[in-house]
Amino acid sequence: MSTATVGDLVSQPYKHGFVTDIETEKIAKGLSEDVVRLISSKKDEPDFLLQFRLRAYRQWLQMAAPDWAALGHPPIDYQNIIYYAAPKQQEKKASLDEVDPKLLETFDKLGIPLSEQKRLSNVAVDAVFDSVSIATTYKEKLAEHGVIFCSISEAVKEHPELIEAYLGTVVPSNDNYFSALNSAVFSDGSFVFIPKGVECPMELSTYFRINSADTGQFERTLIVAEEGASVSYLEGCTAPMFDTNQLHAAVVELVVLDDASIKYSTVQNWYAGDENGVGGIYNFVTKRGQCRGARSRISWTQVETGSAITWKYPSCVLQGADSVGEFYSVALTNNHQQADTGTKMIHVGPRTRSTIVSKGISAGQSSNSYRGLVQIGPKAVGAKNYSQCDSMLIGDQAAANTYPYIRSQQPDAVVEHEASTCRISVDQLFYLQSRGIGFEEAVSMMVSGFCRDVFNQLPMEFAAEADKLLALKLEGSVG
Amino acid sequence: MIRPDAPLLLDIRDLHASVDEQPILKGVNLAIRAGEIHAVMGRNGSGKSTLSKVLAGHPAYTVTAGSVHYRGADLLELDPEQRARIGLFLGFQYPVEIPGVSNLEFLRVATNSRRAERGDEELDTFAFEDLVHERLKVVQMDPAFLERSVNEGFSGGEKKRNEILQMALLEPLVAILDETDSGLDIDALRIVADGVNQLAGPDNATLLITHYQRLLDLITPDYVHVMAAGRILRTGGKELALELERTGYDWVDQELARLEPETVEVA
Repeated sequence: MSTATVGDLVSQPYKHGFVTDIETEKIAKGLSEDVVRLISSKKDEPDFLLQFRLRAYRQWLQMAAPDWAALGHPPIDYQNIIYYAAPKQQEKKASLDEVDPKLLETFDKLGIPLSEQKRLSNVAVDAVFDSVSIATTYKEKLAEHGVIFCSISEAVKEHPELIEAYLGTVVPSNDNYFSALNSAVFSDGSFVFIPKGVECPMELSTYFRINSADTGQFERTLIVAEEGASVSYLEGCTAPMFDTNQLHAAVVELVVLDDASIKYSTVQNWYAGDENGVGGIYNFVTKRGQCRGARSRISWTQVETGSAITWKYPSCVLQGADSVGEFYSVALTNNHQQADTGTKMIHVGPRTRSTIVSKGISAGQSSNSYRGLVQIGPKAVGAKNYSQCDSMLIGDQAAANTYPYIRSQQPDAVVEHEASTCRISVDQLFYLQSRGIGFEEAVSMMVSGFCRDVFNQLPMEFAAEADKLLALKLEGSVG
Repeated sequence: MIRPDAPLLLDIRDLHASVDEQPILKGVNLAIRAGEIHAVMGRNGSGKSTLSKVLAGHPAYTVTAGSVHYRGADLLELDPEQRARIGLFLGFQYPVEIPGVSNLEFLRVATNSRRAERGDEELDTFAFEDLVHERLKVVQMDPAFLERSVNEGFSGGEKKRNEILQMALLEPLVAILDETDSGLDIDALRIVADGVNQLAGPDNATLLITHYQRLLDLITPDYVHVMAAGRILRTGGKELALELERTGYDWVDQELARLEPETVEVA
């Protein structure tokens, strides 16, 4: 009898592992004050931004890499990384027709068609290739509504006052080691501005692609929703398969004013390394949103399936009275992947509420940790939090950990935490199979069932995608 | 109902199987024709449950010798899901819980996989709801159980009813019911037995695996087989079960001792 094992199921080849052969302009390896100045001058930045970078660089020099996460990897040699790489076409093109067809082809292949005829009908896309944004679709249509959606480099040129007002206000450059590094060398990313009272007419999406083998990607995303505004934003990421590790250290900042809301979804599928743990992306990301206004809302949804190492805690600072923070996460690790991911909900204002739903799936010899902080400040009268952390183990060599931290200075607050661990057993699979359900479908039914609460939060266009991605990642891992 | 000319559905010959290299089945022979109800009885460890798992294709069991043909085709070559699709059904002694997977959706996917094999069109959620509500009556099950996760938090009796509901939806040709009576109170036993009787017909066959006569008071078998030490020791009509009830299994030990002294020592 030739029943596939869940192991075979999980070890499907990575579909996005190709390299685009394109001439790239790269600067020399290594990091110094000169490199920071060079990046800034290449991007022709205003002085305030150069000063921002230099301050961050000096802070970074004084800092040490965090070692508290349940992650193990050889020390990263920051002098052996290229901090700026751009496909040689330069000058962002006015129209897509002028973009190098090879780049368009790359995104086509990744399922993100950019050209006028093929692009997704209700999603505006900003496509970032290595260090630069190569195209943003539907810009004009969005502009009609007053919505700004462009690369952050472009925003620096065209809306410097907005960048100066908001950049680094949610994640200060010295917040942590990787945010300092990012602040010094960030190259590109997306900027979104939704003016007062506007409900963004379409989904916004940024697609990040690492292409070069020795390049780090340091993107920076800033989203501002003014009073009463709302937007749903999605990011996706992939990278080629290399047997070396690439560093990805991003910073995402969200600012939400009175009655505004941002829904931020991520489907992360960076290359995870091979089945022996060789290669893969080191993903050290700082994501934080600030609910500055009353009744504002931030919702993070993440589906983390890739990367050799994931270090990521999308957080909400709930400042405004009655503001709401949500975190829905599915993190899947297989083979030798390691993930230490979770969230921080910082309740500052009165009657602030937060919900955390985390689903970790560990297969192979991987390690998957949830780490979350719920902090209730002295003024957060009537604050409420509900956390649910579930782990699913596949096979008998994977590890799942949960590290919940709760700090409350408000006797009135209600904090609930639930956790569970389960396993896909041979008998459960056999049960489904003995009812005519194929092995792969059985695994996928159980995994989707486990993740349903989170997938329900994804924009419709991407929920099915996420389901498929998980099934693919799990091919061959049970049994 | 015994009809010698009825088509042969299941033909088990000299079946040997082991788990963790420990031989459990040691030469089972059994032929089941359409319309028949068979009961396999025997003590714990006699190999009854192993027989049902081997027939359904559980990956923990290895067939080491012998053959099983289902309507003339080699059953042992097929994956468990293929066996189910062509009409073999195993009602579990301990149905597992599958959190997060909706019972209704599970039943629909299972039913459609069987339908696809038979060339019937796939049922969408609406058409399936009609069908499932009709079949719920077979086991007098509360529709609320459809909305829950598969078997999650079900009582023993509810799990068994859910098994018979699956049988009613999949319309198997050979239904193997492994200790379906275990853990049931009298009322639940009656409902389950009633369901099995409703589903038994001239074109299908039922193989009941049980310890007790009480199930056979409600479902009348055409044949009773007594299993011991991995083989069928004796076959008779329904009166054999009554005899067992009266005399117990002591004669089985004696007969085994005569056939295979070392087995008894192990037991």
